[in-house]
Amino acid sequence: MSDVSHEGVHRHPAPTGFIRKYIFSLDHKVIGIQYILLALAAVLVGMTMSLLMRLKLSWPDHKFALLGTLFKAGAPDGVMNPEFYLSLVTMHGTIMVFFVLTTAPQGGFGNYFLPIQIGAEDMAFPTLNMMSFWVTFIGFVVILAAIFFSGAESTVGPIGGWTGYAPLSALGAIAGPGQGMGMNLWIISIAIFCVGSLLGALNFITTLLNMRTKGMSLMRMPLTCWAWFTTAVLALLSFPVLLGGGILLLLDRLAGTSFFIPGGLYVSGVLSGTNPNFPLHTGGSPILWQHLFWFFGHPEVYIAILPGMGATSHILATFARKPVFGYRAMVFAIFAIGLLGFFVWGHHMFISGMSPYSAIAFSVLTLSIGVPSAVKTFNWIGTLWGARIRFTTAMLFAIGFVSLFVSGGITGLILGQSSLDLAMHDTYIVPAHFHLVMGVASIFGMFAAIYFWFPKMFGRYLDERIGKIHFWVTFVGVYCIFVPMHVMGLVGMPRRYSQFTEYGFLNKLHPLVLFVSISAIITITVQLLFYFNLVWSLFKGAKAPDNAWEATTLEWSTSTPPPHDNFAGVLPTVYHGPYEFAVPGAPNDFVMQTDAEVEVSSNGHNGHH
Amino acid sequence: MGRVLAVIIWIITALSVLMFVSKKWWFPAAISEHGPALDRQFLITILVVGISFAAAQIGLGWMVWKYRDTGKAGDRGTYTHGSNRLEVLWTVITAVVFITLAVMGQSVWAQLRLHDAPAGSYTVEVVAQQFQWNFHYPGKDNVFGHTDPKLIDDSALNYVGLDPGDPNAKDDAVTASLVVPVNRPVELRLRSKDVIHSFWVPPLRFKQDLVPGMEIKVHFTPTKVGKYELACAELCGQQHYKMRAFMLVLPDEELNAIRVMSQEQFQARMTELLAKYPTVID
Repeated sequence: MSDVSHEGVHRHPAPTGFIRKYIFSLDHKVIGIQYILLALAAVLVGMTMSLLMRLKLSWPDHKFALLGTLFKAGAPDGVMNPEFYLSLVTMHGTIMVFFVLTTAPQGGFGNYFLPIQIGAEDMAFPTLNMMSFWVTFIGFVVILAAIFFSGAESTVGPIGGWTGYAPLSALGAIAGPGQGMGMNLWIISIAIFCVGSLLGALNFITTLLNMRTKGMSLMRMPLTCWAWFTTAVLALLSFPVLLGGGILLLLDRLAGTSFFIPGGLYVSGVLSGTNPNFPLHTGGSPILWQHLFWFFGHPEVYIAILPGMGATSHILATFARKPVFGYRAMVFAIFAIGLLGFFVWGHHMFISGMSPYSAIAFSVLTLSIGVPSAVKTFNWIGTLWGARIRFTTAMLFAIGFVSLFVSGGITGLILGQSSLDLAMHDTYIVPAHFHLVMGVASIFGMFAAIYFWFPKMFGRYLDERIGKIHFWVTFVGVYCIFVPMHVMGLVGMPRRYSQFTEYGFLNKLHPLVLFVSISAIITITVQLLFYFNLVWSLFKGAKAPDNAWEATTLEWSTSTPPPHDNFAGVLPTVYHGPYEFAVPGAPNDFVMQTDAEVEVSSNGHNGHH
Repeated sequence: MGRVLAVIIWIITALSVLMFVSKKWWFPAAISEHGPALDRQFLITILVVGISFAAAQIGLGWMVWKYRDTGKAGDRGTYTHGSNRLEVLWTVITAVVFITLAVMGQSVWAQLRLHDAPAGSYTVEVVAQQFQWNFHYPGKDNVFGHTDPKLIDDSALNYVGLDPGDPNAKDDAVTASLVVPVNRPVELRLRSKDVIHSFWVPPLRFKQDLVPGMEIKVHFTPTKVGKYELACAELCGQQHYKMRAFMLVLPDEELNAIRVMSQEQFQARMTELLAKYPTVID
């Protein structure tokens, strides 16, 4: 398969005009950078929202003059009102999950490096690729519109959380502030995003299966490619379900259908069917929405983190100067996680009112997914065993990823048990768990990726001194933010409360809440250093050679930055596995995949000695 | 650099473990029959979690401490692509441990959720709405009066839609606090008028969503007299953060007296009892 000629299928001439080169580009590298820029913009919005949330939680009655000026309705006199807080919760989650954790790892780095790493000149369908970015971009514009069109409701968007549980999300303005136009736009934005992701997924799968260069057998692919491929399969199978669910939800709101709204509801003093603002609904199921949402939502967690896992394996091996430990097991583990990821969505719904028998099945399957996750962790530590580690910033973030993935993932053993969920569900241990693992660990994977690949993309290294400060503060900071949230959950602190002033049993947690807020403010501030580093290094960073890190895979065998068709007209031939470091008898401690001169006994096919 | 990172990883690990072991912020004391079993399961789980967490972080730190690049020419890492034996070993071990935990974790769940409430349970209808709890008691006759959403009228204080024409409804009481007996099984019939809410009493170790359009029956047995805070645990809108009520667990004599009272007496007595018992918050 790998030596099938695919010339002519995808080849397109290098564009000359500014618009075709940088805006409506067909070049996967430009599109990848566009996705990364989108994520960098979105993460600023999402992070600012989390900052505002922390201000509200720690100083619920303080008058923040600036906020009073900016959000006259949402923060009159500078005191944020509850619905404003809840809209921040909703938009923070939505923007982070969709426009950061799904765009940067897959659309961004995947787009840029998957074709190069398998030795292709571009994606299989360049026009589709361009469309997938611009569709996603429109989705982002619409979600921003949801912020501004909600101003009159004293919110910055809907207030139903990123999960948008029906019927709160389905009833419309009658259910309270934040349920009007902003909610419609929220659903439309997500529907658009689903379409963009589907287009991207088709492209990734086709490209990887059909366009590998000569010698690039599946088991010689870098683990990043395996991760992007599996992620694309997950996206292909899960986004359509969310798209369908979103359309039904929109119909409930706008066309008077009742997919998720049962009969006999009495909302804000009005019975369904007795008032033009609240038409007659009957026969819908609120739990149906949860099934549709989480059938997508759980695979989405792996969509967010699998590319980070791939990048971590890739970068660990490079700077450990050692082959990845158990390459074959790593591939199987990625697949096992992807497959099991489709059978565990019910663990979000133990106490939703669904059948208690299915809860048992979901619980056992959920804990099973810990097995391939543990296998990956063992292999990462195995990769470092006997290594000669070079502590670059990229490597620090990759090691940080492993640490955070363990810390965040392991509490899944608690939350996955239906019995324990009786106490844990919807308390702070849940955000603690998923922020560490799908949020922060994934982001660490992306930080590792950008420090690693920046020199290939732009010909200059990111500044290592700034990078290291960025790493140290962020690494310690995220632990300070999220570890205390676990014990808040044990005490029973519920999520999505705009303030903790109403309950006696929460009083003893106030010092922890303050500690978390201060840690968050510091950690968020330090991210500005990262943005500064990106801009400064783009112009002033140290110049990087073609193979910036003495690495082995194909992206390092082409020039920096790669030419329009990636390999200047000559597709490379691959002779080795992806991580041939420290090969005995080889002239250097790394053997590039294209190096025909050096004999490698294992040849990368058999993962084991 | 490697040594600094190793030390930081170890310090973070130690402090994280300490945060749990110190029990400074911990569960409130359990007040339900299933509570101690749930706490035991949590303890076993957190032990497995804590040991795995610490072992992985210590191991990671050790690799980072020990295996750094010396910069010496010709000094290379160990050339290995892994070991099938190790892969099988750690896959099997983790599978056995995790799946055992999962199976053990079903016992409390099965006891509470796979069986109906025992006959003779004390039954209360819970009707949640934005942002208030309504508790409906059957009164002297022990039969719930007929309710209908069409009869709900918040402005007339008929929060649950009780049918005044139904003789069974005459002695029913609807209040804003939950009273339940101690050491007797309690069955709650959970309903919601508008959006999803969730019944959450931390010391009870019990939580269940109230879903509009459904009546969900759950049961538990409180074991300790006192006044406890009841919180809404599912985002239900603007005032979600203060959708609070009290759950009073009463000794038999107090409960038996109150449950035969008329609405007005019930209400008045409830006010006295709420003042009598201090809120248990630990």
